Amino acid sequence: MANQLFVAPSPHVHSAESTTKIMRDVVIALLPALVVSTLVFGWSVLAVTVLSVVCCVVFEYLIQRFLFRGSCTVGNLSAVVTGVLLAFNLPASIPWWIVVIGAFVAIAIGKMTFGGLGKNPFNPALVGRVFLLIAYPSYMTSFPQPTGAVADAFSGATPLAAVKFGAVSATAVDYQDMLFGSIPGSMGEVAALALLAGFVYLLWRRVITWHIPVTILGTMAVFAFLVALGRGPGGAMLYEFPAFHVLAGGAILGAVYMATDYSTSPMTIRGGVIYGIGIGVITMCIRLWGSYPEGMSFAILLMNATVPLINRYVKPKRFGAKK
Amino acid sequence: MEILIYTILTLCVLGVLAAVILYVVAQKFRVEEDPRIDEVEKMLPGANCGGCGFAGCRAMADALVKREDISELYCPVGGADTMKRCADYLGKSAPQKEAQTATVRCGGSCAKRPRTNRFDGAKSCAIAASLYAGETGCAYGCLGFGDCVKACQFGALSMDPETGLPVVDPDKCTACGACVKACPKGIIELRKRWPKNRAVYVSCVSKDKGAVVMKACKAGCIGCGKCEKVCAFGAITVENNLAYIDPRKCKLCRKCVNECPTGAIRLVGMDPLPREPKQPAAKPAAAPAATTAEKGPAAGVATAVKPVAEDTATKTRPSEQKSE
Amino acid sequence: MKTFPIGGVHPSDNKLSRGAAVERFALPDVAQVPLSQHIGAPAVAKVAKGDKVLVGQLIAEAASFMSANIHAPVSGTVTAVDMQPNGQGVRQMMITIKREGDDWAPGIDLSNDLVRECNLTPAEILDRIKAAGVVGMGGATFPTHVKLSIPAGKKAEYLIINGVECEPYLTSDHRTMLEKGEELMVGATILMRLLGVKRAHIGIENNKPDAIAFLRELSKHYAGVEVVPLKVRYPQGGEKQLIAAITGRQVPPPPGLPIDVGAVVCNASTTVAVYEAVQKRKPLVERIVTVTGRGMKKPSNFLVRMGTPVASLLEAAGGLPDGDVKVLNGGPMMGRAMVNLASPVTKGCSGITVLNGVGARRAPESACIKCAKCVQACPMGLEPYLISKLARKQMWERLENEEVTSCIECGCCQFTCPADLPLLDYIRQGKQRVMGIIRARAAANAPRK
Repeated sequence: MANQLFVAPSPHVHSAESTTKIMRDVVIALLPALVVSTLVFGWSVLAVTVLSVVCCVVFEYLIQRFLFRGSCTVGNLSAVVTGVLLAFNLPASIPWWIVVIGAFVAIAIGKMTFGGLGKNPFNPALVGRVFLLIAYPSYMTSFPQPTGAVADAFSGATPLAAVKFGAVSATAVDYQDMLFGSIPGSMGEVAALALLAGFVYLLWRRVITWHIPVTILGTMAVFAFLVALGRGPGGAMLYEFPAFHVLAGGAILGAVYMATDYSTSPMTIRGGVIYGIGIGVITMCIRLWGSYPEGMSFAILLMNATVPLINRYVKPKRFGAKK
Repeated sequence: MEILIYTILTLCVLGVLAAVILYVVAQKFRVEEDPRIDEVEKMLPGANCGGCGFAGCRAMADALVKREDISELYCPVGGADTMKRCADYLGKSAPQKEAQTATVRCGGSCAKRPRTNRFDGAKSCAIAASLYAGETGCAYGCLGFGDCVKACQFGALSMDPETGLPVVDPDKCTACGACVKACPKGIIELRKRWPKNRAVYVSCVSKDKGAVVMKACKAGCIGCGKCEKVCAFGAITVENNLAYIDPRKCKLCRKCVNECPTGAIRLVGMDPLPREPKQPAAKPAAAPAATTAEKGPAAGVATAVKPVAEDTATKTRPSEQKSE
Repeated sequence: MKTFPIGGVHPSDNKLSRGAAVERFALPDVAQVPLSQHIGAPAVAKVAKGDKVLVGQLIAEAASFMSANIHAPVSGTVTAVDMQPNGQGVRQMMITIKREGDDWAPGIDLSNDLVRECNLTPAEILDRIKAAGVVGMGGATFPTHVKLSIPAGKKAEYLIINGVECEPYLTSDHRTMLEKGEELMVGATILMRLLGVKRAHIGIENNKPDAIAFLRELSKHYAGVEVVPLKVRYPQGGEKQLIAAITGRQVPPPPGLPIDVGAVVCNASTTVAVYEAVQKRKPLVERIVTVTGRGMKKPSNFLVRMGTPVASLLEAAGGLPDGDVKVLNGGPMMGRAMVNLASPVTKGCSGITVLNGVGARRAPESACIKCAKCVQACPMGLEPYLISKLARKQMWERLENEEVTSCIECGCCQFTCPADLPLLDYIRQGKQRVMGIIRARAAANAPRK
């Protein structure tokens, strides 16, 4: 017989799922926001993104090759996702050397110190971003105007900052600009509609479930509504304040793409809901009463730390268990 | 200035409060323990391997201190020296046990035991064994996925990539028995440890009939009984088509080694007896064989197998000598 | 459309032999009959070397309550009662019969006439099922008379006939329902009579519309029998999943049994075997086996005598394809890989699936990315990533707390894992160890009481 007989325990068939396919889907979901951001801020967006991706992949490859001395898994595109997400959290006017430092912190400290993909407790892109935010605050908080070219790099204030520091009222913000991205901000966070299109794509491809993003954004909206209610009669404010907080800053980017990162989010649906509520509440607290205008990245990192605890105690509903 | 004072005061108060709580809790939940347990634990190797049958060295120390009779307790890692020290400290009599070493009783290397299928599941002997007989025609032999190697805490076991079989480093082996428990096929045995790590043992555990063994593996024991007959010390018994050398009776005379038609009897640390005087040596051995054959004529199967066995023996021997 | 409440996956169904009518397979020249073709104690041989046997003659008797009778599948001479390798190469007791002609034992009705009438008492029905050695033919091989003996204090409310056949590739139940529909209906009414229930539900997945329509039409003539179409989803054919899909009740975790929620589930082919046992006094000596696979030239459904070598079935279906192959006893989700193709067809063998080429091998495993797809896929609400890891680390105590014993080994977790981890390999190992620990503990506690 010209046969090689194989033997293994069941099951003997496998779905078409693979890590690479999942990561590819995430990158595809991020493309619309990248296109919109490029239209808004100019070619430097693409330059920063490409630099960030290349740095992440190279750092991951070097660490795996020379420190781990193990098999190389950069082919699974996870470093590409980290690179794109890190770039999306930076202003388009960022100097190139800050991108390199951010990529190094994200991959080397945020991911590889813990053993690589699937073992990192904190979202690597956010570790990189928060490091840069603390180390280089001036570069990280001066956003270019959405003019299509980086001409006036140091003049923009994000809607969140503007509202927070009393420059404008939330009702005076142009919501159309916020949906289409014509506002100052980090590269990837400004185009709400493009990000939501990616969200729909991820749901359709079953890469993520709706629970974490929807609970985060829902919690933020409810929180903002209650705060508006507490501040006395506001009329339109009651509805515009929540809408503003959901659309402004990195809320959608964080809720859909960062908080849902597999290894740093809970394994169960119920755990995901708890985690999402936590992120929503912490974000709103930082936005309203903290010293930073935006708190999404801090909230996600804080809740990342609680994930092992959530996984330990929040179990899925067992089949046949008593109610 | 005011802030500074408040900060220092608050911290001091918190510190004192924490200290009080810690003290109260420590007092309340204090466990009285025999201080000798700590001392005995220090004497033990601290490997927590479980070779003694307890969960760890602490549990072993606890048992050593608390039990009247410690003759049943033995730390295979520390050996007789450690046990003597513990017993002296506790004023009890030390248990005696001979030194042992793990022995892999399978000679079915890749060359001698052809693969008939390929296992594609998780690389674990336990998983393969619960699924099926194994990658070769032999349902008793080593599966080769190294559960024993993973179980060994002392680095005494390693897989030989050429033979696909585990190899024991007797100098590192502490005879804790973890590999014996880990092997789903029951191939590894703790056997008496001779000086200079010498050993003679049957490197096969197959209970299949001779013809089946020979089809699956060129190094298997076919249960022909030649070794049993040649052994002057009654150390070898053949049961269920399988020879076994009792290490307590064996005197390492090596006669059985040359007698084995398949080379299933392995000799370690010594040169085999010279082959030349084999003919005269075989004759006196053959005489008692004939008498036993007369005594037990019922062994119809055995006689049917014998010629085949000798046939292959003569075929395989030259090639084996070349390889050695 | 009804389905079970949590988890599940959707493997492509690959029912290649769906349209192949059942062919009667040539009688084997030599039949090997294992004494253990069921869960429980192996049967005790009643014949010895040299004995002449007739088809349907009792050759091995149930050793205890949890055991089943075994009958000669061919007539001829017993040539051996000894240890022979089974499909997995493990030796077990088998009776080897050299076939001479095809002479049946007296008292067996071999006609094709349908016998609708059944006036036996429940005890008589149960006796006939037990005498015929009927076991669950979906693959689990649980002795049917044990399943139908309702323990004191429990009452059956639902009879569910399992025509789901959620395993990809397999079509033996499907063909049985199409070709033995009337027998299935009578079998169901006999079981209803035995259990004292008024209704029987036949659960069939929606990918078999012809079977649903055909049995619906027939069910008009059988009071109380109802066909329930189900959404296509694996592992719908799992006993607990099927009960939940049809009744909405969930069987409690082990040691909970289906009867705890008043349900008795019987496979469609088994129901036909019950009909034959009770109405025709015909023991379980043959069954329908699907022989299929992408690389097989002629995917078929054969009516095969027990003891026929698997190799001859493969031959008849076009022979093994060249290159890498994996031959499975059963379907690709839960079937057992075989190494000895000369081994015989047994009562639980619903199909022989051949995977070839890339499908024969597993993809190499990579790191767990904690995607939680296994948690979402688990139909028992377990966390496969966790229990697999705990089993790998041999942390038996925590494994028990994580309810590893609830695992039904359906393979959804491993099927869906994007990192291709051998999750179920380790979970199954851990489950066996934990069950052993639980049994040992029960044994240690028992004498003290």
